[in-house]
Amino acid sequence: MDFDYTVEENAFREEVRNFISDNLPPKKERDKNFLNTWLEKVRAKGWVGFSWPKEFGGSDGGLIEQTILREEMALAKAPPLGTSMMGLAWVGPGIMEYGTEEQKRKFIPDILDSKVTWCTGYSEPNHGSDLAAIQCKAELRGDSYLVNGQKIWTTGAPWSQWIILLTRTQFDVESKHDGITCLLVPMDAPGVEVRPIENMAGDKHFAEIFFTDVEVPIENRLGAEGEGWKVTVSALANERSSIGEVTQMFAKLENLKELVKSTQKQGKPAQENPGVRRKVAQFEMKIAAMKYNGLRYLTKQIKGEPLTSETSVNKLHRASLEIEMDDFAVELTGQAGLQLRGGEAAIDGGAWAKSALNWPNVVIGGGTPNIQRNIISERLLGMPKD
Amino acid sequence: MNFGFTEEQNLLRDQVERFMQDTCPMTRVRELSGTGGFDAALWKQIGDLGWLGLLIPEAYGGLGLKWIDQVVVLEAAATGLCPLPIASHALASTAVLACASDEQKSRWLPLMASGEAICTLGLYDDANWIDPSAITATAKANADGYVLSGTKPFVNDASNASYLLLAVQGPEGLALAAVSKDEVRITPQPTMDSTKPMASVDLDGVAINAESLLAMTTEQLSYLTDCGALAVTAEMVGAGDSILNLTSDYAKQRIQFGKPIGQYQGVKHRLADMYVDLESYRSLCYFAGWCADDDPKELARAVSLAKGYASDAFNQIGIDGVGLHGAIGFTAEYDAQLFLKRSKWARPMFGDSDFHLDRVASLGGL
Repeated sequence: MDFDYTVEENAFREEVRNFISDNLPPKKERDKNFLNTWLEKVRAKGWVGFSWPKEFGGSDGGLIEQTILREEMALAKAPPLGTSMMGLAWVGPGIMEYGTEEQKRKFIPDILDSKVTWCTGYSEPNHGSDLAAIQCKAELRGDSYLVNGQKIWTTGAPWSQWIILLTRTQFDVESKHDGITCLLVPMDAPGVEVRPIENMAGDKHFAEIFFTDVEVPIENRLGAEGEGWKVTVSALANERSSIGEVTQMFAKLENLKELVKSTQKQGKPAQENPGVRRKVAQFEMKIAAMKYNGLRYLTKQIKGEPLTSETSVNKLHRASLEIEMDDFAVELTGQAGLQLRGGEAAIDGGAWAKSALNWPNVVIGGGTPNIQRNIISERLLGMPKD
Repeated sequence: MNFGFTEEQNLLRDQVERFMQDTCPMTRVRELSGTGGFDAALWKQIGDLGWLGLLIPEAYGGLGLKWIDQVVVLEAAATGLCPLPIASHALASTAVLACASDEQKSRWLPLMASGEAICTLGLYDDANWIDPSAITATAKANADGYVLSGTKPFVNDASNASYLLLAVQGPEGLALAAVSKDEVRITPQPTMDSTKPMASVDLDGVAINAESLLAMTTEQLSYLTDCGALAVTAEMVGAGDSILNLTSDYAKQRIQFGKPIGQYQGVKHRLADMYVDLESYRSLCYFAGWCADDDPKELARAVSLAKGYASDAFNQIGIDGVGLHGAIGFTAEYDAQLFLKRSKWARPMFGDSDFHLDRVASLGGL
């Protein structure tokens, strides 16, 4: 056991810190060109798609360096390294693994250069958690697929240019996991209609998408016909280390402590209230557990042992913390805590209240907590499947 | 960056687990715990294997390893609820290493390393208070040394120890009195967990010589308390692992309404939550174990995060482990209930979750 970093790793951390101090001005000083400049500079550094192979424009960055990069960026509250979040998280890795040479040439550079934003067409009105049961239909007609069907709760759909779409090319199958085909579809193709859905926080981040006789050329199929499930599973397995997240959670905890210190409850400082103190300590306990779980899993990966479903452990912690920390802040501050931005008594500009309505983004997207519990009990404890 | 165990540590873990399965299986644990928890032959065997001198430097006949190695042994021994006083002995060794003079170390540590001396440590005299003020037994100077008075009401493994290190208020402040079992009156006290024998030790009028009183600073007391909490948490990892395995195996086999009960989400999800909690306090425990020797200034926080988490989580794991079994879990002959009892025993030891959460809050700036 050893929590030290090598000379090279420390030098890399120093390089990231120096870069941040040179290129990340305080929020007030950032003009409208700031984000573009930032994206160009991190791209020039090779830090976008840092872990990707060099042949695709990545840097072949090792696991520890990836961790350091994420950690430092999260500490500095830096903007993301690219605007195509899903492109970087799984569409790019999926294309590198299953794509044709032409697909790689066509899509990968635009993801790295933040030129194209991707969304993910998985959930349907009748199939969310039961993802493999999808019904959106694609029929091969000559050299293109004709797509008809509907997707819903597609995050980022209102502003994305492309969608990675799970379709069903065969209905008469023994297993619902067969007969699924993955297509790459431009959102401006004729027959694609996006209707944004307002969420409970008042944002329009997700949408329903209708596909009516949309023609998708066969060269936009990712992987073989009928192998879409394999593509999806391996893309979702492209789990990122949760270390960057942990750094963000620690930062949020610090904000919460500041809030506690500046809040009165029943006429007394809230920080003297034993219930308040223990609740905050419990948050710290869970975040620390995420940190050390993450480091154990990272060590496993470095030793070449594949991670299986252990990442579900931290996803469950993250889910409960997402809900509980904002909820606690809102309750702690009483009626003022209810006020949103614009309210005269709003706490921190209504940020906690807003955030307390936004947890489903993290908690439900990417698999609900109960799905994570199924995964843990079936894959790690060997319980029989439903 | 490497948060994993070495090859040697993994071998040690396997060796201890095998010992529990082959030499001290649950049938033997039950026999022992009915009769006070000690088996001299087993003790000699683990002494010969070096497990009793893990923390003791090689110069004194030990293995010169660290607390993280001790964590490995305690965790593995607790998978089978080992009733031998390994944790108490390790804590007594730590106390001698921290507080004794070189001369005392040369005299005592070789006997402790081999296991010839069976030792324990008794710190606080209040059922529910971790503080120097909760040490009320005293040592008063006389012509030949000291005279002790008071009672140590809660001393782990006292009935099986040959030597006891007991915290007292001495003439110059806190101290540890080293007494042999023959000098004091030890009265076993039954608790919920018979695999962890507890006794009261009556010190009234016991005279000890000057060399048998070791000065102890409040920092040393605090360090020993943290090591105690670490030892208990390591055992909670091992015991938690076993009850989770026992319950998972049962859930796969027990058929109700035509299906294994492990197929129902009501059961599945409880098991998953048990796994998440165990995995989490396991990670926190290993980090605390590393801190004990490699980053002592972080130890208090690391231990409180680990024991604060484990105290309530393992308690719930014990309840769910028994509960998911149904009536068989409640049956004395079946082992699940023994783990529930261990979870009750472990909760207040060296600070309950409230104590540790309060400390996390204070250390975190609140």
